Amino acid sequence: MRARNCFVGAAFALLAASVGHSALAEDIKIGEINSYSLLPSFTEPYRKGWQLAVEEINAAGGINGKKLVVVSKDDGGKPADAQTAANELVSSEGVAMLTGTFLSNIGLAVSDFANQKKVFFLAAEPLTDAVTWAKGNKYTFRLRPSNYMQAAMLVEAASKLPAKRWATIAPNYEYGQSAVAVFKKLMSEKRPDIQWVDEQWPPQGKIDAGPVVQAVAQANPEAILNVTFGPDLVKLVREGNTRGLFKGREVVSFLTGEPEYLDPLKEETPEGWIVTGYPWYSIKTPEHDAFLKAYQTKYNDYPRLGSIVGYQTIKAAAAILAKAGSTDTDKMIAAAEGLSMPSPFGEITFRKIDHQSTLGAFVGKTAQKDGKGVMVDFSYKKGADYLPSDAEVEKLRPKD
Amino acid sequence: MAFYVVQFLTGLASAASLFLVASGLSIIFGVTRIVNFAHGAFYMIGAYIAFTLTERFSGAFGFWGGVVVAALAVALIGVLVEMVLLRRIYHAPELFQLLGTFGLTLMVEDLVVLIWGPDDLVGRRAPGFKGAVDFFGQNIPSYDLFLIALGPVVLGVLWLLFQRTRWGVLVRAATQDRDMVAALGVNQKWLFTSVFAVGVFLAALGGALQIPRDAVHHAMDLRIIVEVFVVVVIGGLGSIVGAFVAAVLVSELNAFGILIFPKISIILVFLVMAVVLIVRPWGLFGKPEAAARKTPGLTVNPWRPLTSNERLAALAALVIAATLPLFAGNYALTVGSEIAIFVIFAVSLHFLMSVGGLASFGHAAYFGLGAYGVAFLAKMAGLPMIVCLLLGPLLGCMGAAVFGFFAVQLSGVYFAMLTLAFAQIVWSIAFQWVSVTGGDNGILGVWPASWAASPSHFYWLALGVAALVTVTLRIMVFSPFGYALRATRDSLLRSEAVGINAKRIQWTAFVIAGTTAGIGGALFAYLKGSVFPDNLGISLSVDALVMVLLGGVETVSGGVIGAIVYKALNIWLVSQTDLSKLVLGGFIVLIVVVFPKGIVGMLEMLAQRRRKSSPPGSSLLAKPIESAE
Repeated sequence: MRARNCFVGAAFALLAASVGHSALAEDIKIGEINSYSLLPSFTEPYRKGWQLAVEEINAAGGINGKKLVVVSKDDGGKPADAQTAANELVSSEGVAMLTGTFLSNIGLAVSDFANQKKVFFLAAEPLTDAVTWAKGNKYTFRLRPSNYMQAAMLVEAASKLPAKRWATIAPNYEYGQSAVAVFKKLMSEKRPDIQWVDEQWPPQGKIDAGPVVQAVAQANPEAILNVTFGPDLVKLVREGNTRGLFKGREVVSFLTGEPEYLDPLKEETPEGWIVTGYPWYSIKTPEHDAFLKAYQTKYNDYPRLGSIVGYQTIKAAAAILAKAGSTDTDKMIAAAEGLSMPSPFGEITFRKIDHQSTLGAFVGKTAQKDGKGVMVDFSYKKGADYLPSDAEVEKLRPKD
Repeated sequence: MAFYVVQFLTGLASAASLFLVASGLSIIFGVTRIVNFAHGAFYMIGAYIAFTLTERFSGAFGFWGGVVVAALAVALIGVLVEMVLLRRIYHAPELFQLLGTFGLTLMVEDLVVLIWGPDDLVGRRAPGFKGAVDFFGQNIPSYDLFLIALGPVVLGVLWLLFQRTRWGVLVRAATQDRDMVAALGVNQKWLFTSVFAVGVFLAALGGALQIPRDAVHHAMDLRIIVEVFVVVVIGGLGSIVGAFVAAVLVSELNAFGILIFPKISIILVFLVMAVVLIVRPWGLFGKPEAAARKTPGLTVNPWRPLTSNERLAALAALVIAATLPLFAGNYALTVGSEIAIFVIFAVSLHFLMSVGGLASFGHAAYFGLGAYGVAFLAKMAGLPMIVCLLLGPLLGCMGAAVFGFFAVQLSGVYFAMLTLAFAQIVWSIAFQWVSVTGGDNGILGVWPASWAASPSHFYWLALGVAALVTVTLRIMVFSPFGYALRATRDSLLRSEAVGINAKRIQWTAFVIAGTTAGIGGALFAYLKGSVFPDNLGISLSVDALVMVLLGGVETVSGGVIGAIVYKALNIWLVSQTDLSKLVLGGFIVLIVVVFPKGIVGMLEMLAQRRRKSSPPGSSLLAKPIESAE
């Protein structure tokens, strides 16, 4: 064997790795990590969103006069690789803070890394409640409305339905499990009379939709809660439509109104599902109009929810940095706690108590228009209205 | 009652799609012995091309024509791949073709996003099969009925093809004994190419036919490839009927299983495979593999311990590597630690594969068990780091002892697939047992103690352990145990004839390899500060295989180089480019073509040639050894 080659090789590889990029000392650098190669349908619009934000911030003079630079890395959908990327961003790029992530386990991995290395982390998308509650820490903030908040928004509408027999279909991993658990808990609190007659847990990305649809139909529920999304949702909807599962049944569905998941359905879009989402085509507020115009001018494409998340993540990061007036972690945490800022959905605040932002979501019904899926009868639900009381949050969150 | 009939029919429809893809894989494997990892990629390209064609040309003719043309087009791509890439590496060591097709798969995943964009695509429904048929108040999609009919039709056509044509006779003959077929003067080249084309055609057809029920997206390949492999193995390699029965079995068990255990789908196929392989080691319809006629390629260049000069050189390299903290930053040191850990992991698999001749497809299980062992000890028992590092790998050891006992009863690809099944079972336990393992959110906060916390200290720790492990395994290779293990690899019959208890030796090797992987996993848990089910997952097992193959199976310590090159390149590419899979895949394909014996294997061959050309005596000496074996 050629042992020496290996060690020389190792030395070279490490040398190559240690040669970092150099940016001007005047720049402020933010590190950004997401599952670009695993989830392009979300992350491509997301990337466009944050790039737009960077452009706007620098056009307006940067952060306290310093240029903002975002260094972006792909985690390939693996927590371990996300940590490698986080380490590179912090140790070798010298970023002021970390942002991004999509999957809950990756969000938690980076959050734990931030806690250990005492780095500021602004989680963009991961929905698990653990990020801000059970496994929350002082260094981690989150933008997106959590699982709990989205469930609470949906329960508000769902509890008004007459249906008493409910079935659930959710992907078999943490996101699906906790979405169902929270929904069931909040629903049963409001409506002690309802029964849970069936639950289906197809593996994420591998739903065998036919048998699942048949099994749910067999339980004969009056209403169905769906948590699947992406290709699984497409298969479920197609099988459900053909087999008449949704006929005469109410359906409540997480995330389905987001253009990422609604648009592919086209003429298969089921009517009348109660969903959370982002009806960019009918939101008429000055904040959103400004965002929409800028986005469409720059990309000649319409925004997805990912665009909003990417855009607002960097806007929030910039607001925190501007208020802190420094890249010192403790100062940024102090600045972020209780900080309010504008967003395309209206003003949002990062709560001091659990570092969750009050960004909300749109709840409405699905419909078909010109062979395309749209959300109608929607209203914006402010995040602040769907969080538990402070006393409950204190119990959920470990002390810093 | 109507419900159960409909559920049964629904299961049959799922089985039909699975069977189409599986039959293609089975044929390819049966004849060419290629573990075609790219089969899922061909399935995916089939769906993408069919999507484009059916969107452009409407009507019944446009749809069905589009589906068939797409499958033919992909078959053409398959022919190209076979002629340009695979033909060059048929004579490479076993499983090396896996590396080439793995590289292709990586490339395809990036390419489809580049060509068709990142959005999920939803194609048309099939003309004439848009609705559902009412069956006593239950709806059956008419497209499902079409698929149910198609499955047996394809089975019938394949049966006729194999039983009633000269080509089929040749293919069956080659499946049974390809050396004999070659000896009888059959042009193997074209036989292989045509078989590959047929297999790829079936995969692409399976993909194209998914358009009316599925979304076309860039992860379709991984979704199907493992499942299809499992179906082929349950049915018995090379048996088309077996693939059909297995597809029906798996789909029906799933369709009815979810009525009782809604979470069963995640693990069902692997459970079935494990049970089938333990009871019937060659699958339901497979036949025992004919005793290997191959002379192991190793004979050309017998292994020997390092000369004292080489030992000094290795020591010098180690010393140089140990000086890294003097000039490199924290990030480079952490990457260095990660590479050192993967060296441990790769070396452990390499020991099993090259010395024992046992290729495990589920080696990550023991790596992950080591990591979970550490996490349990550190988080639940609150033990100090040094104790955790010593005891954590024992979980990997225990796992290897239990699973290894069953696995070593099998050989070849069946062994590989049983290890995969065990790994998936362990994975699903880690994934599902949320109260203990935290499910996919993992166990957080497993950070090193203060003495090892700084990147340089951790790097030295990882490097030291890696060096220790590599040296220890090398010593074992040249110990009596190592010779016995090599004997079981080279000839099971002869080794048993001289009194070696082959199964026990192989089991011991399996436990050693599992424990070593556990040591790597234990360090990995501390490096990352957290443990996730990913650490036991298929993709990590595949990474380990790739590292070993890249280094060279027929070498003593090729895994070291393979791990360093693959891991360093992977980390660097992911950091530098958005198209890391395309570049990495391209690189792997290139390596496969240029270094068909792996990097170290090739270097050794070059060195060997140089040595041979200078002193003529040594080549004379080498010859008798060659023929003696």
